Amino acid sequence: MNIITFTLALGAGSVAAGFLGALTGLGGGVVIVPLLVLLFGVDIRYAIGASLVSVIATSSGAAAAYVREGYSNIRVGMFLEIATTVGALSGAMVAAKVPTSGLAIVFGCVLLYSAYLSGRRMDGSTADARPDRWATALRLDATYPTPAGEQAYRVQHVPAGFGLMYAAGVLSGLLGIGSGAVKVLAMDQAMRLPFKVSTTTSNFMIGVTAAASAGVYLHRGYIDPGLAMPVVLGVLLGSMQGARVLGAAHPRRLRLVFTWVIVALALEMLFNGLTGRI
Amino acid sequence: MRRVTSAGADEQFDIVLAHVLRFGVLLSAGVVAAGGVVFLVRHGFEPPSYHVFRGQPLPLRSVLGIVAESFDLRGRGLIQLGLLLLIATPIARVVFSIAGFARQRDWLYVSITLVVLTLLGYSLLAGA
Repeated sequence: MNIITFTLALGAGSVAAGFLGALTGLGGGVVIVPLLVLLFGVDIRYAIGASLVSVIATSSGAAAAYVREGYSNIRVGMFLEIATTVGALSGAMVAAKVPTSGLAIVFGCVLLYSAYLSGRRMDGSTADARPDRWATALRLDATYPTPAGEQAYRVQHVPAGFGLMYAAGVLSGLLGIGSGAVKVLAMDQAMRLPFKVSTTTSNFMIGVTAAASAGVYLHRGYIDPGLAMPVVLGVLLGSMQGARVLGAAHPRRLRLVFTWVIVALALEMLFNGLTGRI
Repeated sequence: MRRVTSAGADEQFDIVLAHVLRFGVLLSAGVVAAGGVVFLVRHGFEPPSYHVFRGQPLPLRSVLGIVAESFDLRGRGLIQLGLLLLIATPIARVVFSIAGFARQRDWLYVSITLVVLTLLGYSLLAGA
């Protein structure tokens, strides 16, 4: 196999990952690393570097569409961004010291958790909840548009959300993923943000968090241009197409299929990590 | 188009922001693609070697090195330049948010955003 066929195969795989990631809302990043490592035999550190830049591409591309819809809470995003960027920097620094088999094991666990989380979603009104001391001091409470008009919400458990966001940043820097799963845990479950607000705000944050760790990866020499090129272009193309056909597809069935793909990849990453093959 | 986040920036500002993001992504994708063509023309028939980690050569690791390499129209240098532009896109959004908060005289959030920007700059320029 020469570089041209390798690039074409990798590009095709990345288009598929971006397409499914956009359709299911899970993001293409979670499958890029296992795809590169397990299918293409790429060193996991190169794979993480390539995945990281593709995460920035999809996040910024999607944010351009969401930013005008009035869902995202920029204050919540910016405040939590302190936690995620510090986390991302520490994760990226730790990544250089962790053996690759360790990275594979952590990756497998995070994949399993993402798959578990994708099965359950919840949404509830928090308009009559008690105000949180931190949310009031930081003026985080806001409203968002619904078919029935503006709906107010109160942000809950700010310190817990901030802590979870630090963890999300660490995982993002360590594994080169958007860590949307942990961000959902922090914003949906802990801070009780409405679902649409938390997904669009998390999408905005993912790009900034990934940019923080991408700088470190670049300086460490983990971002290979020959590898990142087909991955970034492929994921971008795939996610744009995915967003386009979103209305016509059956997201629930697709989500189920994608979830099982992730479970399979997780088990394979865990197996390879535990037996020391990665 | 309603705009109701607590940040309350007006619609015009959001439209500019959306354009900045879209422009950043398209520009970087274009540069990456152009670099990819040069890279494939020059190295396309060599065997790929990504199985063993060696790390990138020093010029492809720093902002100044990448700019110098891409001015020589080297394929890898151009791709890295495109990736740098991609990394710069969310950073540009953070810079724009500072302007937005400053216009609302929201100095608490100007400071919070400056902290985030400093962390990003440290990562990109110093490499941590």
